[in-house]
Amino acid sequence: MKQYLKGLRHGVPIAVGYLSVSFAFGIQATSSGLTSIQAILISLFNVTSAGQLAGLQLMVSSAGLIEMMLTQLTINLRYALMSLSLSQKLDKTMTLPHRLLLSFCNTDEVFVVASQQPGKVGRAYLYGLTNGPFLGWVLGTGLGALAGGLLPESVTAALGIAIYGMFVAIILPPFRRSRDVRIVIIISVALSCLISLLPLLSFISTGFRIIICAVIASALGAWLMPLPDEPNEDEEVLEA
Amino acid sequence: MSWPIFLKYLLVMAGVTYLIRMIPLAAVRGKVKSRFFRSFLYYVPYAVLGAMTFPDVFASTGNLISAIAGTAVALVLGWFEKSLLTVAASACAVAYVVGLFL
Repeated sequence: MKQYLKGLRHGVPIAVGYLSVSFAFGIQATSSGLTSIQAILISLFNVTSAGQLAGLQLMVSSAGLIEMMLTQLTINLRYALMSLSLSQKLDKTMTLPHRLLLSFCNTDEVFVVASQQPGKVGRAYLYGLTNGPFLGWVLGTGLGALAGGLLPESVTAALGIAIYGMFVAIILPPFRRSRDVRIVIIISVALSCLISLLPLLSFISTGFRIIICAVIASALGAWLMPLPDEPNEDEEVLEA
Repeated sequence: MSWPIFLKYLLVMAGVTYLIRMIPLAAVRGKVKSRFFRSFLYYVPYAVLGAMTFPDVFASTGNLISAIAGTAVALVLGWFEKSLLTVAASACAVAYVVGLFL
């Protein structure tokens, strides 16, 4: 219970951040011709910002299902890396049924917060951590879908930066503290800007760009600045 | 959008997204032994969020100037380790105010 509450507490800022980001998604979905219920269903079953936005655009343009599949695969492939990374931090309470359930809510922010916990994480903490953000995501979508039309465009435009503000808040503290993390982030950001801004490379989609940058920067980091050898397992459990 | 078409899209979207998240988490039970691979996985989240944020953040408000102002505020507050909410809300507020003057 204590772990659950701790997770819940850690999830609150993510939940509020999601509320504003999904609010923007809700507005966009209904103004693209979806009903409010449809907008909510998308958030309920996907729980991902970039993938949903791309999915919405494909729906509206009557794209084929194969294209939908490939787009989701590329944009969301980063989650495979995150799930793999998270699999290394799970304790014994994370049995298969819980892995099946909790992987559903493994978002960028949830993953990063969970990764930064010292030692292992268990299911109680992870349920706490994911419950708020999931609720915020679905609720925000509903509010945006129902009430979004009432807001002036200047407000909805400004809300577009919310998710990025959240990303910045997540990566800057480790950026400040660890030289190694700093180098990896700088490489990834530089590559990302290069790919986006060079006309020659502009054929690379957003999803692929993220994967390319993350893989190159992380591989360079792992090669040049590998982590110290495995700490003692027992010590880790005590810490948690 | 008509429901039969919508549900087909939804099924594909949600199915692919879930499988990508679920398979590695359910299938990988042991500890990754390779030091290189462990280090790689440690760096992934930071690299991913960095690449997702830049340069996309500059297009996020539909106006470069208001986006730069919002980003600058987020960077400063993030540097001083303010909470996710404080940083995100301040970025929105500043982008909104700057947007009013453009």
